[in-house]
Amino acid sequence: MMARSLPKKLASSLVPAVPYLWLGLFFLLPFLIVLKISLSDPAVAQPPYKPVFDWSDLIGFFGQLDLENFEVLTSDDLYLRATLSSVRIAAISTVLLLLVGFPIAYAMARAPERHRSLLVALVILPFWTSFLIRIYAWIAILKPEGLLNQALMGIGLIAEPLTILNTETAVFIGIVYAYLPFMVLPLYAILEKMDDTLIEAALDLGCPPWRAFWTITVPLAMPGVIAGSLLCFIPAVGEFVIPDLLGGSETLMIGRQLWSEFFSNRDWPLASAVAILLLIILVVPIVVYRDVEARRLETRP
Amino acid sequence: MNRRLSLFNVTALVLGFAFLYLPILLLIVFSFNSSRLVTVWGGFSTQWYVALFRNEALMEAAWVTLRIALLSASLSTVLGTLAALALTRYGRFTGRTLFTGMVYAPMVMPEVITGLSLLLFFVAIGLDRGFWTITLAHTTLTMCFVTVVVQARLMNFDRSLEEAAMDLGAPPLRTFFSVTLPLIAPSIVAGFLLAFTLSMDDLVVASFNAGPGATTLPIKIYSQVRLGLSPEVNAASAILIGIVAVGVATATLLTKRSALRSRRKAH
Repeated sequence: MMARSLPKKLASSLVPAVPYLWLGLFFLLPFLIVLKISLSDPAVAQPPYKPVFDWSDLIGFFGQLDLENFEVLTSDDLYLRATLSSVRIAAISTVLLLLVGFPIAYAMARAPERHRSLLVALVILPFWTSFLIRIYAWIAILKPEGLLNQALMGIGLIAEPLTILNTETAVFIGIVYAYLPFMVLPLYAILEKMDDTLIEAALDLGCPPWRAFWTITVPLAMPGVIAGSLLCFIPAVGEFVIPDLLGGSETLMIGRQLWSEFFSNRDWPLASAVAILLLIILVVPIVVYRDVEARRLETRP
Repeated sequence: MNRRLSLFNVTALVLGFAFLYLPILLLIVFSFNSSRLVTVWGGFSTQWYVALFRNEALMEAAWVTLRIALLSASLSTVLGTLAALALTRYGRFTGRTLFTGMVYAPMVMPEVITGLSLLLFFVAIGLDRGFWTITLAHTTLTMCFVTVVVQARLMNFDRSLEEAAMDLGAPPLRTFFSVTLPLIAPSIVAGFLLAFTLSMDDLVVASFNAGPGATTLPIKIYSQVRLGLSPEVNAASAILIGIVAVGVATATLLTKRSALRSRRKAH
């Protein structure tokens, strides 16, 4: 490194300083406020829309902190049920996404090379149109007098319209639809690089195709499976819009609970506690994933 | 290697793309429906587009959304590029671990929590909710995506080009603007477009930080969807899809042309 004069050093330290300060101000501080409010009493953190932070009374302020809101979360089983239900819905959706996404990613990776970038673009393109618009389109398809029921009755498969909208099935359809690119692209990235000669060798040695797929393709695709599953699972747990628009009132999800705690009940401390809880649930899988990743890299020859 | 598609693969692709595109297609078709009912075809009509342009609240929301997206995407491109430079060029600086964490955390955090925490922050510092709070919130959320995109490019960067410029006597700032910046420009453009789309599309963070003075198009569409389906929203959606399609096509053409140009230069 060459020696720098002091003004230059100052100027160059501005490069990290500006984004650092921005994130400290608009990410870290807000997050600490959520943490703090989750630890205070409803009466102290008063809704609605009043300054909740008294900068002058820091000591008295810390004295008021307690875990009461977290006790509410554990004592009222609504939150536990909502959390478990979110994790369950996100997990089932992730499995469905794998089942739907793997064949698409596999077919894309096997496609002639000159077509592959077009196929990738086609997968990304719906992601560029408004998320809300796409979910909204599903309402028109899934509602009782909607296009799906009309089509099914038209070909005589069903006599009565099926109730799909406002059920959990609709939520699954919505999540699979909205998150499909996030599953397909990591899978494609791995499958595209795969060495075909391994499969050919297995087939030459008399291995049936399904077994070659199961013992060679699937293990080699594992990093893509994990990456895609995390990209889908993590945001799906906190999902709010899809269950709210497609799921019925009985579809219980924690993101939705947080929303209503905040906007309908105006219980800021409890909403903040729900937020912290949700964050903990989501951070654990990431830490586990990182750990698995690190170990995988260590054992690599 | 050229591979041939098996019947199974073709079926997977056809079904997959039908699943992805059918809803969008139906939406566009029904935006030209003369019937008020979204599922019953009553003949071709452009009346909902006319109604849309007369709907001042919807047009106002679209205008606000566009302004916020342009402003926050510009801000987040600058901030995100600086952050990417800091992460790739500055080695170990004080608080680097915290910095890295803060860059990645907003992407992992559920939007509901990001929106909530920023709202509480704006209330705490006494900033009125509206245009500026949404812009600040979107900048914070999207700069992380810009950082990741630009960082990827910087990591594959040939530093000897910069060193050559410096050896030939170019001052650091000049080197940055005439060597580094042009070389990472495609990733900066990509980052900007990504930030712009995220901002245009965002409902959750915007809902938490929108005030009486500023309603974005996603918020408006969302409230209309809950009140009942209106073909006007179909028309608004079709226009948005059209804008996106033109944008994507232009971007694809531009990258193809610049790729061709650089290939020609290389020969």
